[in-house]
Amino acid sequence: MNFIALKMLVGNRAKYVGIVVGLTFASLLITQQSAIFLGLMTRTFGFLTDTALPDIWVMDPKVQYIDDLKPLKETESLRVRSVQGVAWAVPLYKGLLKARLPNWTFQACKDVGLDDETLIGAPNNAARQLANLRGSDAIIIDIVGAKSKLARILPDGRRVPMKIGDTMELNDHRAVVVGICRVQRTFQSQPVIYTTFSRATVFAPRERKLMSFVLVKAKPGQNLHTLCQRIRRATGLAAYTGDEFKTLTIRYYMKYTGIPINFGTTVVLGFIVGVAIAGQTFYSFTLDNIRYFGTLKAMGASNFMLLRMILLQASTVGAIGYGLGVGTASALGLLTGSTELSFRLPWQLLLFCAIAIMLICAISAALSMWKVVRLEPAIVFKS
Amino acid sequence: MSTKDTLAVQCTGLTKSYGSGSSRVHALCGVDLEVHTGELMMLVGPSGSGKTTLISVIAGVLDRDGGECQVFGRDFNHMNSREKTQYRGENIGFVFQMFNLIPSLTAAENVAVPLIINGVKRREATGRARDILSRVGLSERTFSLPAELSGGQQQRVAIARAMLHNPKLIVCDEPTSALDHETGRKVMELLREVAVGTDRALIVVTHDARIFEFADRIAKMDDGYITGVENLRTDI
Repeated sequence: MNFIALKMLVGNRAKYVGIVVGLTFASLLITQQSAIFLGLMTRTFGFLTDTALPDIWVMDPKVQYIDDLKPLKETESLRVRSVQGVAWAVPLYKGLLKARLPNWTFQACKDVGLDDETLIGAPNNAARQLANLRGSDAIIIDIVGAKSKLARILPDGRRVPMKIGDTMELNDHRAVVVGICRVQRTFQSQPVIYTTFSRATVFAPRERKLMSFVLVKAKPGQNLHTLCQRIRRATGLAAYTGDEFKTLTIRYYMKYTGIPINFGTTVVLGFIVGVAIAGQTFYSFTLDNIRYFGTLKAMGASNFMLLRMILLQASTVGAIGYGLGVGTASALGLLTGSTELSFRLPWQLLLFCAIAIMLICAISAALSMWKVVRLEPAIVFKS
Repeated sequence: MSTKDTLAVQCTGLTKSYGSGSSRVHALCGVDLEVHTGELMMLVGPSGSGKTTLISVIAGVLDRDGGECQVFGRDFNHMNSREKTQYRGENIGFVFQMFNLIPSLTAAENVAVPLIINGVKRREATGRARDILSRVGLSERTFSLPAELSGGQQQRVAIARAMLHNPKLIVCDEPTSALDHETGRKVMELLREVAVGTDRALIVVTHDARIFEFADRIAKMDDGYITGVENLRTDI
């Protein structure tokens, strides 16, 4: 019966194309918007992804997310270091600075101050250039920032990326680029500058306390959650594992920004449009064929056979629509990969979209199945 | 014509009504009818007389309200839904006024449908369908879609479909009403030639007086009653 079902499906070309287009559109909308949402959410904790070495982040208990900076006294790092189970603990400065570029324009930059002695806190790919930070006024900048916001624009409009040896002013202090690294895109897309902790505090505006975080490595065999609790008890500060801090950051953006509502609305709209277009067209396709379903029923096809036919038809258009939608979304993601657009398409999202499309097909098929199950085979004798 | 010693269909006091209350319509009001094997029985009568309701009940596609109806000794009312569907699939063939051929299937595939429903593999079913299509004179059109066939050719495909699984009873609803006179006659000749056999019976519902000559017996219906049965063959 499968080939009859499929031939009936593709035989009604207008309806077939209509259902596939509806499902493709729904799949595209759901996948693409969810992928952009995921990309944006990933950017919120991009700095945590770059700073992968420490096991635990210690901070002021009122910190709500990674960019919510509530400075600590530098001596807090010594207190954390003394907690049992801590292998090492180093200070980290994180702040926002205004950089004056060679062409006298200003650009807000994220400034990261690494522990003077160990230089812990830089992304892995900067390891070879880190030693250059020992030089006077040295900074390392990220490559995207170097090519875009920190680039020099020539009179003819061409951009000249900032390169090693170039200088800028940070809060009236000279800074020399000694390295260029690659970092995760930040949520606000600002250039990132790495320097030493002590130099970062010189660049930073005057404040009584300047340490943002204490980065902690646990001794081998330590349970990280237990160590976090121990640090909290001993210092009164907040301590999170890297993953916990990522979750805290995402929760903040989910709770206090309209981003999830905006994207969620589009995803829900995609689902509703899918149900409306595909469901209505599929039901109409079944009605078009109701006489033939009745004929099959009269000729001895059981309800189970007919339901299997409808399910096969629904899952065929579902698979095609899903494939086309996800394929188009992936192509768009690839095409916009080098732009500011955030796009992240993990397998979980593909599964999520597949489930959504399956649900749309199930709802569409259910209406048709209901109609066919209730169909009296005597309909075949009605002219 | 062979002798008829087996009852294909036996209906006694058959009743069926539609609707309820004041809008209730009595389509069958105690119909008694016997159809023998090897017989072509025609049901004739004006519109609304209950002809289609009667063959629907006999073919097991409609439940009756009262009375008895046995088809080759089996009563649909004593079967569950699954048994009824299976019995219909194995023992009853249908020919419809509007042919009811699935538009996206070729002639051979349409003919093969009853066998496929009964679990025969598609390749074998379409092979047997091609054989029977050549019996009805359509060996050249096995790969044609219904839209590419004339009305007469479509009805021949429908007859081939009704015959393929060798059913014991074939019910035809107005098989010639969508065809011109000449084509209608050819279709009836074909039905008599290929569908009537010693082990099976044929019931044809029709308005078309021009094909009455093909019947063995004619049952006249009016207002839900059989008003008379006319015997057209002297050997019956």
